[in-house]
Amino acid sequence: MKYVDEYRDEASARRYLDALRRITTRPWYIMEICGGQTHTVVKAGIDRLIPENVQLVHGPGCPVCVTSLELIDKALAIARRPEVIFTSFGDMIRVPGSGADLLSVKAEGGDVRIVYSPLDAVKIAAANPDRQVVFFAVGFETTAPANAMSVVRARDLGLNNYSILSSQVLVPPAMEAILGAPGNLVQGFLAAGHVCAVMGYWEYVPIAEKYRIPVVVTGFEPLDLLQGITMAVAALEEGRHGVENQYSRAVTYEGNTRAQALIRQVFEVGDRKWRGIGEIPMSGLSVREEFASFDAEHRFEVEAITAEESTECIAGDILRGLKKPHECPAFGTRCTPDRPLGAPMVSAEGACAAYYQYGRTV
Amino acid sequence: MTDFAGFMGATCPIPLDRYPTVQLAHGGGGRFSAQLVRDMFLAAFGNPALDVLHDGAILDVPGGRLAFSTDSFVIKPLFFPGGDIGSLAAHGTLNDIAMCGAKPLAMSVGFILEEGLPMDDLWRIVSSLGAAVRRAGVPVVTGDTKVVDHGSGDGVYVNTTGIGVIPPGVEIAPARARPGDVVIVSGEIAVHGIAIMSVREGLEFETALESDSADLSGLVGRVLAAAGNAVHVLRDPTRGGVASALVEIAQSAEVGVLIEERAIPLGDEVRGACEILGFDPLYVANEGKFIAIVAPEVAAEVLAVIRADPLGQQATVIGEVVGGHPGRVFLRSNVGGLRAVDMLSGEQLPRIC
Repeated sequence: MKYVDEYRDEASARRYLDALRRITTRPWYIMEICGGQTHTVVKAGIDRLIPENVQLVHGPGCPVCVTSLELIDKALAIARRPEVIFTSFGDMIRVPGSGADLLSVKAEGGDVRIVYSPLDAVKIAAANPDRQVVFFAVGFETTAPANAMSVVRARDLGLNNYSILSSQVLVPPAMEAILGAPGNLVQGFLAAGHVCAVMGYWEYVPIAEKYRIPVVVTGFEPLDLLQGITMAVAALEEGRHGVENQYSRAVTYEGNTRAQALIRQVFEVGDRKWRGIGEIPMSGLSVREEFASFDAEHRFEVEAITAEESTECIAGDILRGLKKPHECPAFGTRCTPDRPLGAPMVSAEGACAAYYQYGRTV
Repeated sequence: MTDFAGFMGATCPIPLDRYPTVQLAHGGGGRFSAQLVRDMFLAAFGNPALDVLHDGAILDVPGGRLAFSTDSFVIKPLFFPGGDIGSLAAHGTLNDIAMCGAKPLAMSVGFILEEGLPMDDLWRIVSSLGAAVRRAGVPVVTGDTKVVDHGSGDGVYVNTTGIGVIPPGVEIAPARARPGDVVIVSGEIAVHGIAIMSVREGLEFETALESDSADLSGLVGRVLAAAGNAVHVLRDPTRGGVASALVEIAQSAEVGVLIEERAIPLGDEVRGACEILGFDPLYVANEGKFIAIVAPEVAAEVLAVIRADPLGQQATVIGEVVGGHPGRVFLRSNVGGLRAVDMLSGEQLPRIC
């Protein structure tokens, strides 16, 4: 399969691994930001192939994982309403809120449906004018354009029964939160290729400058990761900082400017609570006042719901790269994909679930 | 409330504690299903024939051995590319009997019909089931029909049960997998699951894929005629896919299984759909494929027999049974890394990005 096979080739992988071994002279901590990259790393066994002194730290780029507990509780409250058809991407529906998840709301009779695109949710709204259709708009900059598009489409169709529950988060503020935190270990970043396909990489230039670190925009196939890691280690070894682009087949400096305009049209940047991390200033997207009738938090008056997170779950340390999943005392015992304490154990992209699923127990 | 007081004399607390109600994942073929079977059904019904947890039970009867298996079908939509609930119900039970090493002898069919189901639809389903069992040369010898209120079912639910005769010298059991054995899969995997997904409401995508639903009993009969007792395990990897089937075998034989990612036969369309949806094809359902675990000295012959059949042209060796890591399955990735393959918790869900 084109654009897939050539990035999973063992001989090429061996060449990158040889190069990496040649240039690595001391320990380095590199964070891959995106959960999709974490998944590839563990699924392809890359963390076991690279030199031992190159440590991959698994970052907060799992949108399911960082959606705050209280937002999930708001989703559950909305999904329980009889007039609501609650639509969501698949991996959101098993994430535990305080005491339930969307799957159990469905089992109790709630109308919870998995869709693959927010535009499908708009179609459901058009076909069910007597019901309220809500889409759980979760994600980083990657999903924001399609979610914004769904709101614009609903407005253009004159629908008054469609709204989104926004849990949109932004990568650059999270990187700054990690770099500025006491005890930070991260010396270089693999930036998330798909986020950069939308946003470009101009936002990362000032961050690389301010913290004097290398940032390598990296793709998601095993060879993308190996090349990205090699580029980051080479920069660290040579004392260089700045942004480099490994994923040039998809990412440009400017990014997709039409998609960026669409995001700005519907959303505005504001403070946002991240599960396990807490509030990060100017790190989320909320629906603009102009589109308030498409904002589910506003429509269903769930703004007052708050929630306390489990004190046992160390998701915050995991998502900031301070600990690896198997270093958590609850990992694999009190916390498993069947009975998760926190979201990183549930989502396909969560670091804990990846470690559990692929047998990384030591 | 939370115990079984009075239920067959048992007084155990309900063993499944995360969910107080049944979830779809309890029927998904992964870890939730396994827990339900182990903690609830085995606790209530356990006996030597059931405890094996094979696709069907093997019963010693005067003069030989019988294979006995049952399966219920609740698929949405009722008609899908490459088949319908009728042909699927025939193939499912024929295959379960075949995976016990038996030649199917007779079947029963039970229908639960929803009030309001068009007779035309029912006739299409019944005709298709009839055609499938006739092709296999297996008569439907008994049956049952119930009708439920409109809104209490999804049109049609079908249950089929089958019995078959195990020829002398054939000894199929998951526990017979032993180090050195070769793991063969009979063709491209994950076709049925992806074909169904492509027509499911809310997730339609364009593909020419058709379900691989097929009766494997003839082909399996030829494999057994060629290799007999050297065929140690047969399994059709339906719900839960190849991964769950291999994990179950590794656990029940207390052996390790090592598979090669690059060897797993996968069509381009299935692969593309899996990449887009974020699915691992190892966990996607098959309805016309089987896994054969055989002694190394017969592997080439078994492979040749399977490949000679139209249903098995893409058959290939995907790995081996090993002495290390008993109870666990490992996969060597395309780039050479090693990882564990575990059962899924619940069903695979399309991912965000």
